[in-house]
Parts: sequence; C-alpha cells; structure tokens
Amino acid sequence: MLTMEQSWKQAKAVFAASLGPPLVWLALFFLAPMAIVWAYSFGHNAGLTEIAISGTFSNYARAIEPLYLKIFLKSAWVAGLTTGLCLVLGFPVALAITFASDKAKTWLLLLIMLPFWTNLLIRTYALIAVLRTEGYVNQGLEWLWKGGGGLAALVGLQPLGDFQPLELLHNNFAVILGLVYVHLPFMVLPLYSALDRLDKSLLEASLDLGAGHMRTLFKVVVPLALPGIASGILITFIPALGAYLTPDLLGGPDSQMIANVIERQFKRANDWPFGAAMSFVLMYLTFIAIAIQAVLAKKTPEAKA
Amino acid sequence: MSKKSAPGPLEYLRRWQMQAWLGAVFLFLYAPLIALMAFSFNDSKRNIVWKGFTLKYYDKLFNDSALLEAFGNSLTIAAVSTVISLALGAAAALVLWRFRFPGKTALDGALALPIVVPEICMGVAMLVFFARVMPWPQGLPWPLNLGAIIIAHVSFSFPFVAVVVRARMASFNREMEEAARDLGAGEFRTIKDVILPHMAPSLVAGALLAFTLSLDDFVITFFTAGPDTVTFPVKVYSMVRFSVTPEVNAASTVLIVLTVLLTAAALKLQGDPAATAGHGAGDAK
Repeated sequence: MLTMEQSWKQAKAVFAASLGPPLVWLALFFLAPMAIVWAYSFGHNAGLTEIAISGTFSNYARAIEPLYLKIFLKSAWVAGLTTGLCLVLGFPVALAITFASDKAKTWLLLLIMLPFWTNLLIRTYALIAVLRTEGYVNQGLEWLWKGGGGLAALVGLQPLGDFQPLELLHNNFAVILGLVYVHLPFMVLPLYSALDRLDKSLLEASLDLGAGHMRTLFKVVVPLALPGIASGILITFIPALGAYLTPDLLGGPDSQMIANVIERQFKRANDWPFGAAMSFVLMYLTFIAIAIQAVLAKKTPEAKA
Repeated sequence: MSKKSAPGPLEYLRRWQMQAWLGAVFLFLYAPLIALMAFSFNDSKRNIVWKGFTLKYYDKLFNDSALLEAFGNSLTIAAVSTVISLALGAAAALVLWRFRFPGKTALDGALALPIVVPEICMGVAMLVFFARVMPWPQGLPWPLNLGAIIIAHVSFSFPFVAVVVRARMASFNREMEEAARDLGAGEFRTIKDVILPHMAPSLVAGALLAFTLSLDDFVITFFTAGPDTVTFPVKVYSMVRFSVTPEVNAASTVLIVLTVLLTAAALKLQGDPAATAGHGAGDAK
C-alpha cells in the first residue's frame, strides 16, 4: 500500500511554509471575529458605541423569552418543512438521475447544478416577479377567470364578477416556496451521490424476488441510502434555518426568522450584545443538528462501494 | 455503469410518471428564471404583458454607472478572493494530506467551521471585526477600498477549496513523490512537477467554486460593505426592495449568462461534471 503521512519534523520548512498562511488567516479573519461576537454575547451596551463585557447571561435569558423562543421554534418549523418538501420533491429526481444513461446523467446533473450556481438574489427576485399581485401567476389566473366569465355569459349564467388577485407574496407560503426553490439542489446532489454508490444488483435481486417497486424503494433503497439521506437533510436544514434573504424579501411582517432578528439587532436596533447571543444560539442549534447527524451516521452501517 | 438490457426494470427515466415528475421539478426550477430573462427583452415598463422585443433595458443598463460599478466591484472581488483562496486552500490541503502533527484534528475541525457556520453569524462577526478591531481605512483608491469584503470572502471560500483539493489528493500515489525525491528532485521541484499536476483538476474546480461563492454572496457582503463599496448583489437588493423593473431583469440576465458560461468553461476544462457535483473529485481516475 501507500506510504504513511510524514511526520512534520522531517520537513519543518515545508510544513511551516504551507501551514502558516492558512492558519494565520483562519485565526485572524475567522476565529478572532467569532470569538469577539462570543465575548459580546456576555456583555451589555454601556454607552452609544461602548460594550462592557460583564459576563452576564441576561442576553441569553432574553433570547429564550416567549417572543424570541417563538421565532426560534418557527424558524425550525419552517426549515423542517422546507427540508421535508425538498426530500419528497428531490428523491425521485435523484433516483431517476442515478439510473439514467451516462449521457442523460451528465445533462440532468447539469440542469440541477445550474440554478445552484445562479445567484441567490436573482433566484429570489425571479420568484417575486412570479408571485406578486401583478405577477405571472395572478395574470394567468385573471386571464382564465375572464375566459371563464365569458364562457359563463355565453351559456347564460351569472357573470363571475371581478377577479380578486391571490395574495401570494409577503406571507409564510412565499417564504417556504422560496426556501424550497433555493434549496432543492442542495438535497438532490447528496441524495444522488448516495444512490449512485448503491450496489444495483441488490435492487435487481429485490425486484426479481417479487417485491414491487415501492416495496423495493422503502425496504432496500431507503435503508441503504440512509447516510446520504441524512446528509441531504442536514445540508438543506442548516442553511434553511439560518436563511436571511428569503424571509426578508418574500416574507411578511409575521414571517421573520432568526436571521432577520439578528440582523435587526446589529443594524436598526443597535443591540449588539443581544444580537451576538442570538447568533450564538443559532450556531449552537446548527452544531446540535450536525452532532445528531454524526451520531445517526455512526449507527447505520454504511453501504460502501 | 453496467450495461443493461433495453427497457430494464431499473430504468426509471423511461417511466412516464417519472418523466412527469422530473418535468414538473425542472419547470419549477427554471420557469421563473426563464420568465425573468424573457421579460428583460419586453418593450413595456410594466413587465407583465408582452409588448414586443427591445434591447433598451440593456442599453440603459450599460449606461447606468452605479450598476456597472457594482458589477465591476463584484468581479474584482471574486477574482482577487479566488486567487488568495486557491493559494490558502491548496496549502491547507497539502499540510493535512502530507503531514502528521499535533493538533491536526483541531485544524481539520476549525477549517470546517466557515463551511458550516450560518452565513448570518459570519456576517455579523465580520461586521463587528471591521467596525471595532480592524477598521478598514475609508477613502482608499479602488480596488483597495474593497479589501474588507475580499478578506471576508476569502475566509468563507478557502476552506471549500481545501476540501476539494484534499479529496483529489486522496487519489495521489505517495510513492510517486518518493520516487521523485529518490531521483534527486528537491522539495520545490517535487511540488511543482509531481504534486501540482495531480492537483490541477481540483484547483480548477476549487477556483470555480470560490469564484461563484464570492459572486453569489449577499449576506456576508451586506454586513461588510461600506456605503461606497457596493457589490452587484447588494445593488440588486436595494433595487428589488423598491420594485420589479426590466432593468433588474436585464442585469440579472447578464449575470445568469455569465454564470452559465463560467460553468461551461470549467466543465470543459475539467471534462467531468460529476466532479463539480462534489463527490467525484476523489475518484476521477
């Protein structure tokens, strides 16, 4: 087999030269800023721009007050629903890609990846144009409504009255639709990569032995692909939980998520210590989600190719 | 994969239910984007009913100096942060691949942090850092005024580069490196002539990733940018807040076309789209 990793002592100069820059960058421009926010979360405003770090837990206590607890729960619920919808929508897509011909596979993967590479803001904007009161959906419905009204008049029925545009934007529906729209590729790609590693003869065996497609799917494919499904869920859930732009642009006054509350503390409300505490609560929630996934992944025997 | 007989039981793509599902999903993903691009050519301010083909919004766009400046800023930030991210990411991957050293697990974990930490948390951390610890000097000449944003972008992109490069290095045969040394090549020569050529495809993938991550980022930039350093997403955000206009459609179309071209170029260079899907970089052999 291959030779082992080298001890760092054997080539100190190379080791230092290649470790130094990324380590310094990470420490100075990532870990230090995070540490400062963490320290602020134990402080309070002492003047217009002064923050005194007093070791208080009051910011965290405030973060779990009913008002904010509700926003945390709501964010988790919205992110969970988004993840579930992505899984239901994306699983058949991943399955189809896995068993497609090589040429079709390349194109389908590309089709999934292109929106993923496209700017998030542009995709959100595209949805606004579709959903708003004078957007494409309402225009289409109005056209159908008028057509229906004309038809009704033709056969001598009561006219339908004026068209009332649907309120599709600036509500929770729009936020969830937007989150699913944005995160669907996040779900499909890990699902595909897990399904692609499956031993296809197991599926054929199951089908040959008389199990139907649904039974094969739930008794063979899903259990074997569980680690991939878990990582797809995690990869979708985490960004959905911390989503800022989608609830900001598509949501209404009652569709605020954690990230919007954090943003407000750092900008308009100017309460950095509280914002810092909220942001660390969000971070801890993220780590808990990762830890749960890691434990589950250890429990399931991985189907390795 | 293995060769199957004509309409095999596993060829899900041939079933009409599956085709309908795929069609619906792709319609959901693409219809809004295609409508957005189509209506950038629409000769009507109201942006809904088709009134005829026009390029006037593109003309307007290319005369809108604020938007052009934002666009130029975004491209500059993406280019510079990609170069720095590639260097830092490749170095980090090399260290983790080649050496055993105390604290390796800690470094590995710390490098994964910028990938998993929610954007908003990193955004506020950057805001605090550049407001209180290292205020970026105001009024610097372009492109130095973009420094703070570039630093923030490198911080979240280079760990991604490190992951991609490291996955690629897993398939490197260490004996090649030893052979090179036995044949008298020094450290520098070994890295340049043996390791780098093996790394090259992952550097292309990493560069594409870093470039798009930077071009795509809104949240972290939103917290780092000052009033005189507007990037394209930040500019579009402020335009979108007010209304849906054909100018924004036109600007978006330009960026979408640019993204598609970049992706196509990178795939062509790399020859394997599976590698950019994030799972094939290691088994590219």
